[in-house]
Amino acid sequence: MATVAAVIASTHHPFYYRASTSAGADRPPFADEWVAKIEAFRETLTRARPDVLVMVGSDHFHQLWLDNMPQFLVGKAPFYDANFYNEEREFGLPRMFVRGDEDLSAYLLRQGLDAGFDLAFSNELRIDHSITCPLITLRPEADLPIVPVYTNIFAPPLPQPKRFVELGRAIRQLVESWPSDKRVAIIGTGHLSLELGGPRQFGPHGPDPEFDRKAVGWIASGDLTAALAEVSLDSLWLPGNATHGFMDFMLMMGAAGDNVKADYSDSLDLFHTMEAYFTWYPEAAA
Amino acid sequence: MSKYLLNKFLYTVDRDPDLVERYRVDPVGTVAWWETERANVIPNLPEIERSTWLEFTDTEREALATHDFVKLFELGAHNFLTLTLFIAMFERDYDEPLGFQLEYARKLSHFGLPYPDIST
Repeated sequence: MATVAAVIASTHHPFYYRASTSAGADRPPFADEWVAKIEAFRETLTRARPDVLVMVGSDHFHQLWLDNMPQFLVGKAPFYDANFYNEEREFGLPRMFVRGDEDLSAYLLRQGLDAGFDLAFSNELRIDHSITCPLITLRPEADLPIVPVYTNIFAPPLPQPKRFVELGRAIRQLVESWPSDKRVAIIGTGHLSLELGGPRQFGPHGPDPEFDRKAVGWIASGDLTAALAEVSLDSLWLPGNATHGFMDFMLMMGAAGDNVKADYSDSLDLFHTMEAYFTWYPEAAA
Repeated sequence: MSKYLLNKFLYTVDRDPDLVERYRVDPVGTVAWWETERANVIPNLPEIERSTWLEFTDTEREALATHDFVKLFELGAHNFLTLTLFIAMFERDYDEPLGFQLEYARKLSHFGLPYPDIST
């Protein structure tokens, strides 16, 4: 059976690529500290020696649209082109190209459907910055095959937080039962408190530092009981109008396991949003 | 109320570099053209399979034709779509980094929680 080499959860900040590659007067003052934190975080994946990456993210109205909106979707394609014109325009993100692992995609789809998740699928998926940002931060070579998993954190009506957690648990179990000798890292990115297109956007910190403090505590300690008790679809509007992306962190908490402490945890208070980085090594705990 | 159609306008313009520029310089003409020619085209279907029923209310048309992102927020247009397209059109007019984004926030500062519903 396959090995879960690492479970990794983080924010995805589309400005990292530009900040980390800029020089001279264009280089923001926080860039060096940010790059140092990302390089330390990257080492947590490198150390796990993965062969395949399952990557959980959320399309930002790029390929998925309101005329046909899936709640949870698994990519099943041999290749994925990546990033879109408007991400190049706004964030300076490069066009990318990554291989897919169709065997693992097929396994997650078949077994996921049989386990009660009516997963949508795509045989031609262009992935966006929710998946390319963690590639850029964690595996900039983009040399490993991936299985993209998209969640709807964006276009209400959304699935309940509990459902994200359950899907995370299921993905973990399915990877562990995949008949393969490969080492799989499960990587997912979301947000802490975040405001986009609202009055609290682009402040000196995230819109709700108190929520961020609590959320980082829940994730680092694996405290799904507290997270599920305090977080609802309604409550997530309060810390910021794009905070439903926190449900992708909850999915990753499900993948990491109840009350399993992160083996690595770090954060960085930036303008606009707090960055947070977590890694679990299930093998060490087994 | 056609939040979906507001979003469809923002979405289809934002993904097309030529339309972004056209909407920036000629909002009235672009909105009129779009409502006649594009509003009923379903993105993943050939044009002959277009819908027959989608149109803006007067308020919605006016909000788009005047680049009124405050009104769009009030009407429940999707916050991400509005922000992304308006950054594409107007960030270039500000000298300071995030100048437009912070101005955008200031203009929305009279909104308290809960914000207008973006469900479609």
